[in-house]
This record gives sequence, structure tokens and C-alpha cells, in this order.
Amino acid sequence: MSEHPDRLWRNPEPRSGYDVVIVGGGGHGLATAYYLAANHGIRNVAVLEKGWLAGGNMARNTTIIRSNYLWDESAAIYEHALKLWEGLSAELDYDILFSQRGVLNLAHTLQDVREGTRRVNANRLNGVDAEWLDPDEVQKFCPVVNTSPDVRYPVLGATLQPRAGIAKHDHVAWAFARKADELGVDLIQGCEVTGFLKQGNKVVGVETNLGPIRAGRVGMAAAGHSSVLASLADVRLPVQSHPLQALVSELLEPVHPCVVMSNHVHVYVSQAHKGELVMGAGIDPYNSYAQRGSVHVIEQQMAAALELFPIFARAHVLRTWGGIVDVTPDASPIIGPTPVDELFVNCGWGTGGFKATPASGWTYAHTLATGKAHPLNEPFALERFTTGALIDEHGAAAVAH
Amino acid sequence: MLLIPCPWCGDRDETEFHYGGQAGVPYPERPADLSDEDWGRYLFVRDNPKGRFEERWSHSAGCRRWFSIVRDTVSNEIVR
Repeated sequence: MSEHPDRLWRNPEPRSGYDVVIVGGGGHGLATAYYLAANHGIRNVAVLEKGWLAGGNMARNTTIIRSNYLWDESAAIYEHALKLWEGLSAELDYDILFSQRGVLNLAHTLQDVREGTRRVNANRLNGVDAEWLDPDEVQKFCPVVNTSPDVRYPVLGATLQPRAGIAKHDHVAWAFARKADELGVDLIQGCEVTGFLKQGNKVVGVETNLGPIRAGRVGMAAAGHSSVLASLADVRLPVQSHPLQALVSELLEPVHPCVVMSNHVHVYVSQAHKGELVMGAGIDPYNSYAQRGSVHVIEQQMAAALELFPIFARAHVLRTWGGIVDVTPDASPIIGPTPVDELFVNCGWGTGGFKATPASGWTYAHTLATGKAHPLNEPFALERFTTGALIDEHGAAAVAH
Repeated sequence: MLLIPCPWCGDRDETEFHYGGQAGVPYPERPADLSDEDWGRYLFVRDNPKGRFEERWSHSAGCRRWFSIVRDTVSNEIVR
């Protein structure tokens, strides 16, 4: 292996102003900065991060990548992301350990079967790879899943997206950060936005703990804290912040070959490259900014995991944690303008933002560069909550995305 | 797990409750008169504060009463 460099990016002092300021140095903010520089030649850009880079949900997600969403709008943007993922290690010259090991979404009821087969057909019409597997085929694809008919919620079949998989989340963040930095983007850590500088209804910069920073445009990418940030500009967003928990086991020999998700028994499980089993489930029901949740949610997801994978009965929980996810009423993200001029928002990815990272950055960069929607993010604008053109992905969003 | 004070039954485990979101959001008095923007705001936009939040809970596995509490969304402390 080649020597790892001492530093992947500079730690610059903020300048007095930038063409574009991105608030939030997570995966989406870093990807946006990279594509602003790489696709649009806009390099006078700062990413302001109140903590350290990629220390929020980017460090806490379960790294599942797939694009098998139901509706045309979602399939288009998530499939664009998946195509970018397929070339990302080469483009960023950094191994992100993208492993297309396939994702199964299990069906345990007749309604699950109907919903799953419908989604397979919808995916195929949108050019997204999708197959329907019967229980024997599920057993062959993932031998550790219990497909016995003699259990409380027998597996009746599954959707399979073969090109789906996992990646190493830290590497993804570091790769985007390093390339953005190389192209001239200032990545400024420990810089918290405390207010917006406005002229009339136009944002002209941000107030921070490091002083004011002028900006031609400001793009928010603050995930779970989007409501708090937007409220500083008197913008109310249709998002609610919830804890989302996950856990890992100790390191085990390779035993689980793919990603398995189950809406009905409510868990998703994969095995990380290092060997730990990675599990997650749904959000805690109440609003919270605490980055932790209730222990019964963990108990329930482990009970669900044991129902599906009896072989994991002797595994141990090594670590649990929580992130704060920004959930929208239709389980789809919000990307686009706000009622304030030159202030843009990218939020509402809820439980499933990691998989979208490259496409979120790609389309948001287009919007921040041109002031206009990208064809892929146009349907996801804030105004859909006025027009009623919601993109309801509660089904395909699965137990959590 | 939260320990939630039901005004009828006293402190009970969170698993006995259902969450109802922000308290004090009345149905519009004259819904037919609302603009699309206002109707959208009523349907989809709720407060999402970092700090004190007045919220609804239902003791769904107990007495089934709906009630409001004020909880801090950072510390989870139930203030009243």
C-alpha cells in the first residue's frame, strides 16, 4: 500500500468573502463544493463546518447505497447517484471501498409482495436494475437469511438490486474534501454560522463565530440542524428532526454476503468490510437534537435481526449510536431556493442521505452555480408543499432508507 | 427510554405512548378561505426547535388520554 499523506486538506482561515458559501461540512456539503469547482469552475468557495468535517450523520450512517425507489423523480436522482458512485473512486483518486454486493428488500406479507413486485416493475421502466426473487432464490443469494416457512413472519420473496451495496463513509468524505481542497475550496472547521447578513430580502453573507463572511450565494446543507439554521433567516422548513440509531457487533468472519432490509420485521443488516455487522432500523418517534435515542428501539431491531438471522444469536453489540435526521412529510428531500434571495436549501434527506451524496452534490452545485434548478432536483423544491406535488417515498424509503 | 408523566396514570415508560408532535396547532377556522401557501403551511410545517418544545403524547397502551408536555429536545428533560 502506498503511504497515506499526512494531510488531506489545508485548514485555512476564512477570507472576507466568497462567491459561494456552503453551510455544513458533511457529505453533501463537501460533494457540493467539489462539483462546484469541478463541474462549474467556481472555486472561490468556502464550506463552513461548526464541528469537524463529516462528523455528523456522515459518520453515523449505515452506508447503504441503492436506487430502487418507486417514483420517477426519486429513481432519477438516486440512479444518477448510483452511476456516480460507480465511477467515484476513479474520479476522486481515492478508494472508497464501494462494494456492489446487492440489496435485498424482503417481503413478509402479501401486501409486501404486491408492493415489491410493483416496485421492481417501476424500477425496470426507469432503467434501474431490479429483480424479484422467490424464497429459494433469496436463500441462494443470502444463505444466512432464515427462509423457513415455519416462522412468525416467513420470507415470501424479495426485491434485489444487484448494483446496490455499501461504501466506506469516511473515505467518501475524505475523498470529496481532498479534491475540493485541491481545486481551491476553503474547508473551514470550527466555524459556526450564527446569523445571516441581509440586504432587504437578499442574503449577502453569514455571521460566524470567526466573524462575518460575505457571500454571493449561500447554500445550506445542515441535515438535522436545517430548521435551526434556516430559522436564523426567518425561513420555516417542513422538516422535523428525529434521532436515528444504529449499532455494530464485534468483528466477525465474513458471513453475510449482501445487504438485507425488511420493512415488516423492521431492521436492515449488512457486514462492513472490517467484519462488524451493521444494523439499523427506524427513527425514534419524538423530535430530538440529542444524537441518542431510546434503548427499546435498539432491542426491537436486534429482535428483528434474530428473527431473520438466527445465526447471529451469539453476536454481541459492540457499540450503538444515534444521529439527528431531518424528516419531511413525504420522505423525500428538499433541494432548491428559499423565500430569501440567494439563499438555497438542501435538506430533508431524512434516514437516507448517504446513498444520494454524489447526486445531491452534483445537482445542488448546479443550482448554486446557476441559481436555477437542475432537472433532477426540480421536483424536490420547497414549493411542492404548496402545490401538493409530493413525492411519497414512504414505501421505497423502507424501514429507513 | 423516556419516562413520561401521564396526567391520569403518572410516570410511565415511553413504550406505552404514541407521539403526536407539536401541541397547539388548531384546525383552521375557515379552511376554504386559506390560500394554497397557508394550507400547505398548516398541513406540512411544524416548529422544530432545539430546546424547549410543547408537544402532544397519547397514552395509547394505558388510559388513552391525549395531553401536552414541554420537553427539552436536547436534554430530553421534561420541564412540565
